[in-house]
Amino acid sequence: MEAQEIPLLEMRHISKSFFGNQVLGDVSFTLGKGEILGLVGENGAGKSTLMKILFGMNEISETGGYGGEVLIDGNVVHFTSSLDALDAGIGMVHQEFSLLPDFTAAENILLNREPVKKHWAANLFGDRMNTIDRAKLETSARKAIDRLGVKLDADMVVGQMPVGHKQFTEIARELSKEDSETAGKIRLLVLDEPTAVLSEQEAQSLLKAMKNLSAQGIAIIFISHRLQEIIDVCDQIMVMRDGRIIKQVVNDTNVNVHEIAQWMVGREISLDAQVDRHFDYASHPVDMEVRNLWVNMTGEVVRDVNLDIHRGEILGIGGLAGQGKLGVPNGIMGLFPAGGKVWFEGKEIALNDPSACLDAGLAFVSEDRRGVGLLLDESLEWNVSFEAMQVQGKYLLKKGPITWRDTNAIGEVTKNYIDMLEIKCTSSKQHARELSGGNQQKVCLAKAFAMQPKLLFVSEPTRGIDIGAKQLVLRALKEYNQKYGTTIVMISSELEELRSICDRIAIITDGKVGGILPASNPSSDFGLLMVGQAVKGGN
Amino acid sequence: MSDLHLNNREKMQRFLADNIVPVLFVIICAVGIPLSGYSPNYLINEVITRIGRNSFLVVSLLIPIMAGMGLNFGMTLGAMAAEIGLILISDWDIVGIPGMVLAAIISTPISILLGWWCGILLNKAKGREMVTGYIIGFFMNGVYQLIVLYLMGSLIHIRSSKLVLPRGYGIRNTVNLDGIRQSLDNLGAFRVLGIKIPFATLLLIALACLFVVWFRKTKLGQDMRAVGQNMEVARESGINVERTRVVSIIISTILAGYGMIIYLQNMGTLNTYNSHSQVGMFSIAALLVGGASVAKANIGNVFLGLILFHLMFIISPIAGKNLIGQAQLGEYFRVFVSYGVITLSLVLYEMRKKREIGYEGAQLAALQKEEESK
Amino acid sequence: METVKKIVAKYGLPRVIITLFLFALFAAAPFVGVRVDESVTNTLNRFGMNCVMVLAMVPMIHSGCGLNFGLPLGIISGLLGATLAIQFEFHGLLCFLMAIVLSTPFAVILGYGYGKLLNKVKGGEMMIATYVGFSSVSFMCIMWLLLPYTNASMVWGYAGRGLRTTISTEGYFLHALNDLFAISLGKLVIPTGMILFFAILAFAMWAFLHTKTGTAMTAVGSNPTFARACGINVDRIRVLSVVMSTWLGAVGILVYEQSFGFIQLYMAPFYMALPAVSAILIGGASVNKASITNVIIGTLLFQGILTMTPSVMNSAIHTDMSEVIRIIVSNGMILYALTRKMEVAR
Repeated sequence: MEAQEIPLLEMRHISKSFFGNQVLGDVSFTLGKGEILGLVGENGAGKSTLMKILFGMNEISETGGYGGEVLIDGNVVHFTSSLDALDAGIGMVHQEFSLLPDFTAAENILLNREPVKKHWAANLFGDRMNTIDRAKLETSARKAIDRLGVKLDADMVVGQMPVGHKQFTEIARELSKEDSETAGKIRLLVLDEPTAVLSEQEAQSLLKAMKNLSAQGIAIIFISHRLQEIIDVCDQIMVMRDGRIIKQVVNDTNVNVHEIAQWMVGREISLDAQVDRHFDYASHPVDMEVRNLWVNMTGEVVRDVNLDIHRGEILGIGGLAGQGKLGVPNGIMGLFPAGGKVWFEGKEIALNDPSACLDAGLAFVSEDRRGVGLLLDESLEWNVSFEAMQVQGKYLLKKGPITWRDTNAIGEVTKNYIDMLEIKCTSSKQHARELSGGNQQKVCLAKAFAMQPKLLFVSEPTRGIDIGAKQLVLRALKEYNQKYGTTIVMISSELEELRSICDRIAIITDGKVGGILPASNPSSDFGLLMVGQAVKGGN
Repeated sequence: MSDLHLNNREKMQRFLADNIVPVLFVIICAVGIPLSGYSPNYLINEVITRIGRNSFLVVSLLIPIMAGMGLNFGMTLGAMAAEIGLILISDWDIVGIPGMVLAAIISTPISILLGWWCGILLNKAKGREMVTGYIIGFFMNGVYQLIVLYLMGSLIHIRSSKLVLPRGYGIRNTVNLDGIRQSLDNLGAFRVLGIKIPFATLLLIALACLFVVWFRKTKLGQDMRAVGQNMEVARESGINVERTRVVSIIISTILAGYGMIIYLQNMGTLNTYNSHSQVGMFSIAALLVGGASVAKANIGNVFLGLILFHLMFIISPIAGKNLIGQAQLGEYFRVFVSYGVITLSLVLYEMRKKREIGYEGAQLAALQKEEESK
Repeated sequence: METVKKIVAKYGLPRVIITLFLFALFAAAPFVGVRVDESVTNTLNRFGMNCVMVLAMVPMIHSGCGLNFGLPLGIISGLLGATLAIQFEFHGLLCFLMAIVLSTPFAVILGYGYGKLLNKVKGGEMMIATYVGFSSVSFMCIMWLLLPYTNASMVWGYAGRGLRTTISTEGYFLHALNDLFAISLGKLVIPTGMILFFAILAFAMWAFLHTKTGTAMTAVGSNPTFARACGINVDRIRVLSVVMSTWLGAVGILVYEQSFGFIQLYMAPFYMALPAVSAILIGGASVNKASITNVIIGTLLFQGILTMTPSVMNSAIHTDMSEVIRIIVSNGMILYALTRKMEVAR
């Protein structure tokens, strides 16, 4: 690439904050014609926000716009919708497939952009009465597929395709958009983790297709956690962390996976790691053994997890989104279909049966607060007391032959937790729906604490809540562990958070345990584990 | 989810599971026909009459299914619109084909209005379109009664005393449609081996089928199929989902209205306050008997269903009489079967949805085993 | 204006209109020569007749199974109980009680099967419930013809077999509850026994909802995933609620018949679910929340309108439009509940 050439895309000093929370700061980069840029970063590093700015999503303008400039061909642009972006020749392929299973590849590629033949009825009843020109539809689709340079049957129904072909169909759809009147010639494609769901072979042919496109002059922004792929295919690599560009390098032979992983998680010195506690594993027996666990949780599939959890420890489970870390507690606690074996205190726990787990003294605070964790339309009292009442028969009062809810006891225990966890509410009778996210999370914790469990799974306890509440929740967990010796398994996507309270951290990649390390290990070790690299000492 | 790994027995089981309703009906008919003692000629004649009478109505159900809105229990709205048209032409004494055409013309704007309203309500009740459509039918029945039983003859001028109740307003329970009785059926009708072929009616039905086939190929038809598969994906691609759904209901309502006119010209009398609700139930049952489901239906289902369902309907009273000595029993039996079929189809549809979810888990377990064995 | 808006927002426009309409009818009654005490008596009587069937809606709404359009199944159990009690020649209050006892096993068995079925079709309960009701009614039409009843007061005279379409309860359990402790004040008659009977059932329901299992039932309806995560066997609770609904439906039809005076067989139970469904909705229930208060208020309002419309309208404009108004009001109410934006947990 000649230095004088005006780059296709340039982003200058892009910054963005959501409600005073800076998520992007001073991001600048350029991308030339036909270049492939690998974009790497942890979840929440700011990648998706950056892409949203590029595409002019409503979300951005509704929250106060962004700082800096986006330039296409050297001209400043301000897209207000993805249609504008399309006009400029920029398309995006999303992580989730938005395909219709009963349509063929061709029909999906040209969804709502089907070529039509004029029909007289259209004069009477509008354009939608024109008939679809199937021959043209197929040629257009084939053209897009050919540009991609892959083998894909345009007549095949998407529902019967292997995953890889679905991904190709999605990309072909973006490419085909340039044929419609509204869109410009496609010059830049953003691929958001396109290989995450593909088999190795499929991924290889996708990478080949990307190179084909690049050879045709189409630039690509390739977002992926699979670092080897990034190295294999990209011209430039850009690593983001905490809303900033940490590293931007030209991909040459000097770059290796270890380096990128280190840039990704950063922070060599473990400032926050829990240094005050040295958990003595020898004197604490293994309480829970997990063997060959698989869990069918959409988007968080667990394939084969083996874990030993010691009594009284705080075990962290981390990993990138979609790798299966959330599936582990959800599977063990019986919320999603699971298989394999789990023993607790020497007894086997039946899977797919929540009550068996609860009876054995396990408890779970779900990451899905509103869907699983709370009765939104009932009072705090109900929310706090319900589980302990049903599982352990607490807060009940026997009067004559009937066992009643003990309203007084319920009110009392709820008030205790409201004080202990500083839940902000008008009264213990307030409906859970009306509380803020952080307070709802505290209610979920109170519900679990009321069970006085022997082992507590806490899944993403700080997701979507403010800093103050975060600190409080983490402190409450730690104190609970110290006070009652309760084993705590905390699942979180925020590594630093795990390192601040856990004794050990297991990283889940591709549905398996990538490795378990003491929390005091440097962050970069965990970073490597997250991207599927082995680390010394991780078992 | 390929069929490749299935052996013959599993294939057979799957075929049975997917087609249990038609298979059951073939069995019922196979047992019932000899029991009834009807001659084949008689049966064929009857079945053809009923195909002529009912097909158009059943065809009207196809389009909302395409748009993923399930069985259009609100089709009774179109039937009511048609009935109003027929009452008016009877009053104006316009007979024969012109009468039918005029009734159709009157029914169309009413159908459009009702279909539009029904579609909007169904958009507010996504996920439970069927039960809502069903209640809409009941609700409109009340409004229809208000109009026909109270306003007609008082507010809406009706001249004919043959139509109006003795009290001076409101339409009688039965309206004689002598003016248009079988006028379409007899148009160009001919006999083959003593079997009457109502040529013009069948021609119209063929046109309706052609319309549906053509419609599937239009942009609108394609949009409906897209909306039917996944509303979110369709919306993302820029299709106006709500509007598409409303249009599908409007088309269905209009077609149901025309179907009702064809149905009633064959019957020759209108049960002012009952015809429409019966028609809804029988049309839906017939379609399901033909192997259609809540999510999938085609023209083949329409005709197979009509033949099987009406064969059962014709033979069951006499078969009941010959078997147990009570014709009444057979009549109740066919009512039971009609409702039973709908129940069974609805249950199977819901259960199939669930079965597909369970399938994925089994795959995961298999995958793990496979890896272990490596 | 603001307060009016608030009230409308809280109770929903249809409910406000219905309430105002009923008040208007009562207010207009004296002017068109309709006696208020007679009207009140009628309303009370019809309230007593119907409220148990409306109460039958509560358990299934609580457990999240939606509106029980399959009430005819419970009614059939009740009809079986009633006909059996007559067949065995019980009389008076005993006959009524025996009818309840005899219908119980049917209600439990049918309700259990019905509940199991509804568990297999979660999400599509209401439509399937409707058709389960229809199928079972039409199936029972065949059974009424075939079952070997012999009591001369029930079977067709000429054939000597097959039950009649309507059977008088006179001499068996006619007014078994109505006349129990009835209070007469001139033209105003209060069917104390019937209302007391309902009060007992309603209290039992209230009490049940305050027990451990009752609490679980409410939670299942409020958020089934939450309940499952708390170790509740959701399917079992749902089946229990369906059995309760079915049994209450059976008792409900018996209460209705002892006051009405006739057992109606064959196609009669076909549409009996709709009035009960709309009554509880008018009372303020929604598709997934209902209370005893909703039952009482709803039945009073709905039956009040049914009683008052024919008499007042007839006297005022000499036209009996009550049937049409009933259809529009009841189905309009159900339609309103079905099309309201539901607050879904996810």
